Amino acid sequence: MADDGTEPTDAHRNLPPLRLHVPEPRFRPGDAVDYSHLAIPPAGAQPRPDEACSPGETRPLCDDLIRVLDDEHRAVGPWDPRLDAETLRRILRAMALTRAFDDRMYRAQRQGKTSFYMKSIGEEAISVAAAFAFDRGDMAFPSYRQQGLLIARGYPLLEMANQIYSNRADKLKGRQLPIMYSARDFGIFTISGNLATQLPQAVGWAMASAIKGDTRIATAFVGEGSSAEGDFHAAMTFAAVYNAPVVLNVVNNQWAISSFSGFAGAERATFAARAEGYGVAGLRVDGNDVLAVHAAMRWAADRARGNAGPTLIEHFTYRAEGHSTSDDPSAYRSAQERSEWPLGDPIDRLMRHLIGLGEWSEEQQVAMDREVAEEVRAATKAAEKNGILGQGLHHPFHTMFEDVFEDIPWHLEEQAAQAIRERRIKFPEWEG
Amino acid sequence: MIEEEPVSLHEAPSRPLNMIEAINEALDIMMERDPDVVIMGEDVGYFGGVFRATAGLQKKYGKSRVFDTPINECGIIGAAVGMAAYGLRPVPEIQFADYIYPGLDQLISEAARMRYRSAGEFTAAMTVRSPFGGGIFGGQTHSQSPEALFTHVAGLKTVIPSTPHDAKGLLIAAIEDNDPVIFFEPKRIYNGPFDGYYDNPSKTWKAHPGGLVPEGYYSIPLGKARIVREGSALTVLAYGTMIHVAEAVLAAKGIDAEIIDLRTLVPLDIEAVEKSVEKTGRCLVIHEATRTSGFGAELVALVQERCFYHLEAPVERVTGFDTPYPHSLEWAYFPGPVRIGEAVDRLLKD
Repeated sequence: MADDGTEPTDAHRNLPPLRLHVPEPRFRPGDAVDYSHLAIPPAGAQPRPDEACSPGETRPLCDDLIRVLDDEHRAVGPWDPRLDAETLRRILRAMALTRAFDDRMYRAQRQGKTSFYMKSIGEEAISVAAAFAFDRGDMAFPSYRQQGLLIARGYPLLEMANQIYSNRADKLKGRQLPIMYSARDFGIFTISGNLATQLPQAVGWAMASAIKGDTRIATAFVGEGSSAEGDFHAAMTFAAVYNAPVVLNVVNNQWAISSFSGFAGAERATFAARAEGYGVAGLRVDGNDVLAVHAAMRWAADRARGNAGPTLIEHFTYRAEGHSTSDDPSAYRSAQERSEWPLGDPIDRLMRHLIGLGEWSEEQQVAMDREVAEEVRAATKAAEKNGILGQGLHHPFHTMFEDVFEDIPWHLEEQAAQAIRERRIKFPEWEG
Repeated sequence: MIEEEPVSLHEAPSRPLNMIEAINEALDIMMERDPDVVIMGEDVGYFGGVFRATAGLQKKYGKSRVFDTPINECGIIGAAVGMAAYGLRPVPEIQFADYIYPGLDQLISEAARMRYRSAGEFTAAMTVRSPFGGGIFGGQTHSQSPEALFTHVAGLKTVIPSTPHDAKGLLIAAIEDNDPVIFFEPKRIYNGPFDGYYDNPSKTWKAHPGGLVPEGYYSIPLGKARIVREGSALTVLAYGTMIHVAEAVLAAKGIDAEIIDLRTLVPLDIEAVEKSVEKTGRCLVIHEATRTSGFGAELVALVQERCFYHLEAPVERVTGFDTPYPHSLEWAYFPGPVRIGEAVDRLLKD
């Protein structure tokens, strides 16, 4: 019998059995952490192609790491965005304010004032740089860890806290899980909570701008973990096919709850490298270097606005804390990972850079930290006057049935009447 | 009357069109009237769609308003959500309703909830057109009727026309609607009404009053049923192809049935349903989709809840079977004259 594949055969019986590879992170709780396997190239060594280059020209940058701030905290190389000191101080302040807000709201959740919170500690450079690299008329489609974008755009902390408390002043009427903001006037799309769905939407938004002959572009964010979703492929395909003016960001913070980036394919290739297969420009950036992040985003924004096409940017960073208030990372990863992370802390690095320039001081930093903490405290105190979750100071009851449709159909009117009746039975003194 | 037709409708000259032509005309009119209407989908551009529903539109309105898409329903609907957020009024076509599932997350979790979750900051005004239903030997991947998946979702409207006249007016209303609308087109009756007697020669819309389509713009409000035929013996609640099957079977049996074409499943014209069932005391619900948890179950529950003391017999439900749509045994699956006839006999036996 010929072994030509046409007949069943046992010709392979002497081969070792097939093995399923299940990725395993390098370090688990209690392990000593050694990041020497990570290739961290020197800052300033990455070439900066023209924004209108062919996507293929960016291929080497997909395995490299665009870095601007060197070990002495100087800005070096062709990717230095050459931002003036005042802009750098604004970026620093927005990052510090974001961190202070995260701190306060995390504690508020622990105090039972709300159900849920997600910090962005260590990832502030990515969201804050986006606020500076894109225009306010552009549309950003964030995932749930880009609160820095709202803060850097000047979205009121009070409104953020109202949303987190789901109180009677919450602009989203208490309908959304905390931190799923919506801020259209600030160029920030409603946050879904489902993962990666915002990617094809951002591409569609960008296509619409192109259809109308406008100049606005879109940008979207996804974690490395949810870059495994089919929506990522849909977005990349549509972006490539229509040469959509869009910038897609993969925030590679190494962890998707307890699953390390290997479960999204990081053992095989970088996330930026996926761009090549779609014919999209790709950049891989030190996500804790706010100057590099800004430079990469601005490069991609200029490329998109110049009709030169979409860009995929991988921001290489580290999720310094748990996924959310419902998560305990000490159960699955080594606590040393954070302290050993070789790319440092984004706020610390920018602060040192500014100090090196003679444009900032440690005293100013301390004063600023105090100032932002006070700003956050005042805003959250004001928000608490509008109520905290579960206190009963929520929106009028009937709003639960509004906005399902533009007009309320009969079946929802009937259900609203039922809900109000139930409430009157439970709380006879209720007047709503 | 269930519905007041716009005055202009009676004044406009009418001519016979098939359902594809009526849909094409509705799209043409809306593209002409509203520069924000864009059409996207697999093969809808140069070729004009596999059923020709978008024929000629790319030539007339240009490639940036009528364009082909990658074969990726998640991308089609996801991009449409983004376009709608921008302010466009996308009318994506899903080539067959059977292909809509990869786009479900974008429809259910995103389009349907955009207005609610953003408290009105963002909306997803879009009309997803898709041919559905069987009777064309499409096998299990080109015959399904998944309407109940969508009626189950808070925030989606579901519309199903049964004539070219209604298809045009309802599609215009759907496109003008500020909420996401699922517009299922019963493809078995694209070219002519189908009465369920599959051995008979097929008919065209020329001889059917519902094939007479007024020229120009008109819309039929969503949420309004149509009384196809007034009667007193029993009420038939149906939509799409099954309207024509019900008409033929009840006529053949000589029964004075009141047949209601729901046209919009959500929001449902509950008044029309109640009024009719209260009058006749008997109710037959028909759909082609699988039985368990089908939209018929919802209708039966509503009739029971709201009309129980008017009922003189248990509500009957005629549906497709709970199997995938078979290819060779298509007519064994289809809720045809025999299945409907039996149910009618049970309803009227006392």
